[in-house]
Amino acid sequence: MERIAQSPLAVYQAHLEKGELAYQWSPEAGKAVFYPRVICPYTGSDRLEWRVSAGFGAVYATTVVHPRDGTPYNVALIDCDEGFRLMSRVEDIAPEAVKIGMRVKFRVHRPGGDEPPCPVFVPLETA
Amino acid sequence: MDGLKRGAAVIVGVAESDLGAVARDMSPIDLMAQGIHRALADCGLPMRDVDGLLCATAQSRTSGLSLAEYLGISPAFIDTTILGGSSFMFHVAHAQAALQLGLCNVAVIAYGSTQRTIGRRQASVREYNPYETPFRPFLPSTAYALAASRHMHEYGTTREQLAAVAVAARQWALLNPAAWEKEPLTIDQVLSARMISYPFTVRDCCLVTDGGGAVIMTTAERARSLKKPPVYVLACGQAITHANMSSMPDLTVTGAVQSGRQACEMARLGPADIDVVEFYDAFTINTILFLEDLGFCPKGEGGRFVEGGRIAPQGALPVNTNGGGLSYCHPGMYGLFLLIEATRQLRGECGARQIEGCETAIAHGNGGVLSSQSTVILGTQATL
Repeated sequence: MERIAQSPLAVYQAHLEKGELAYQWSPEAGKAVFYPRVICPYTGSDRLEWRVSAGFGAVYATTVVHPRDGTPYNVALIDCDEGFRLMSRVEDIAPEAVKIGMRVKFRVHRPGGDEPPCPVFVPLETA
Repeated sequence: MDGLKRGAAVIVGVAESDLGAVARDMSPIDLMAQGIHRALADCGLPMRDVDGLLCATAQSRTSGLSLAEYLGISPAFIDTTILGGSSFMFHVAHAQAALQLGLCNVAVIAYGSTQRTIGRRQASVREYNPYETPFRPFLPSTAYALAASRHMHEYGTTREQLAAVAVAARQWALLNPAAWEKEPLTIDQVLSARMISYPFTVRDCCLVTDGGGAVIMTTAERARSLKKPPVYVLACGQAITHANMSSMPDLTVTGAVQSGRQACEMARLGPADIDVVEFYDAFTINTILFLEDLGFCPKGEGGRFVEGGRIAPQGALPVNTNGGGLSYCHPGMYGLFLLIEATRQLRGECGARQIEGCETAIAHGNGGVLSSQSTVILGTQATL
């Protein structure tokens, strides 16, 4: 059996380092897979191909978190056009201005320090 | 589930442990033991007859070992399935299976939590999820808020309708001496309370209390010699749809659709046949989703359904008659309390909040972030 040299998370984060939003494609299911895994949740197969998203999508669900101390911020679920969904946030507008159905575009967020980059989104009109 | 026989297993004893804010340095296992002692007294069985042990808590990695040691028993059957707050409904199905197979004769289901005393963060450590945690969702509230946002978008559900769920729960709680909340609540008070995760204010979210309890199950045959009339398990149904919110297939449809369908088939009853409804109301949207998914109203109509006090005392459908997780008690994994209240309603023990002529009850548990759904239908002897 072939040993896995790089975890699904490590591959995903390496793409983010390059400014890319990666996801997996299951050729047997004909479906996108996210989050990245070792086997396909539709077929059980380990045949999963890595693809890079074009970065376009729409807001599926949205909320504004109000911390006890600190500024309110957005948390959203984004449906990417390739057919996968992820948790993220929409930046560059007020958190309460984020609306379901709003078209958005991926941007990489680099928090710095030891934290890995993560995918955030901005409204398509201002991208 | 074909193997479970309608009415073969029964609930014979129920009890809460101390609730609310318990004495300093009480442990979750102390509360389980206190609940078991009281529940055994409720049915008149001695501890030495307990040969099945089922339990769950977020505060002990091997609670089955700790509880058996504490009680001084070596149970023939043990199950510590943990799937969030609905775990105890799963336990009912597992206990029934064990009782039917003769793996045990008296099964105890127990829960304990001291999350209020020690702090929610210590009581329930969240796993780091590299695909969600960086976005700082305030879990579980944010996950349920996302579901509410979608329900509002698709069906026009309003914050006032969500608030009506909290107000009804409070009205029931005022009839329950054991409830944490003692003051009336209005829709305006819900809307103007501190915002947590839009559209939820703190009044749309369950309480953070301590608490525990126990449920004693045995066979219908064994129950005949006990002091109180048994409550029959007419059906169990269950479904798991996801673990994390970003993997929930449709945020407006829960696994209660499947768990409810299974349970109704086994019970040979439909929503119209149910006298009292106990739902896991971790957040106000839960009650609306479960009313729809369990067939009490059409999909999308839940918000309109709860308006005008329909689920409050004197309303058409009694829902969460103990005051629910929103106003009675919510120690983190609330499911066990649904079974306790449903049993008491069927026995006619509920005083000011008693539903008259109560013969059937549904106790629907929810776990994780709408992740695990488990439905138990209970009935009196008249329903057999």
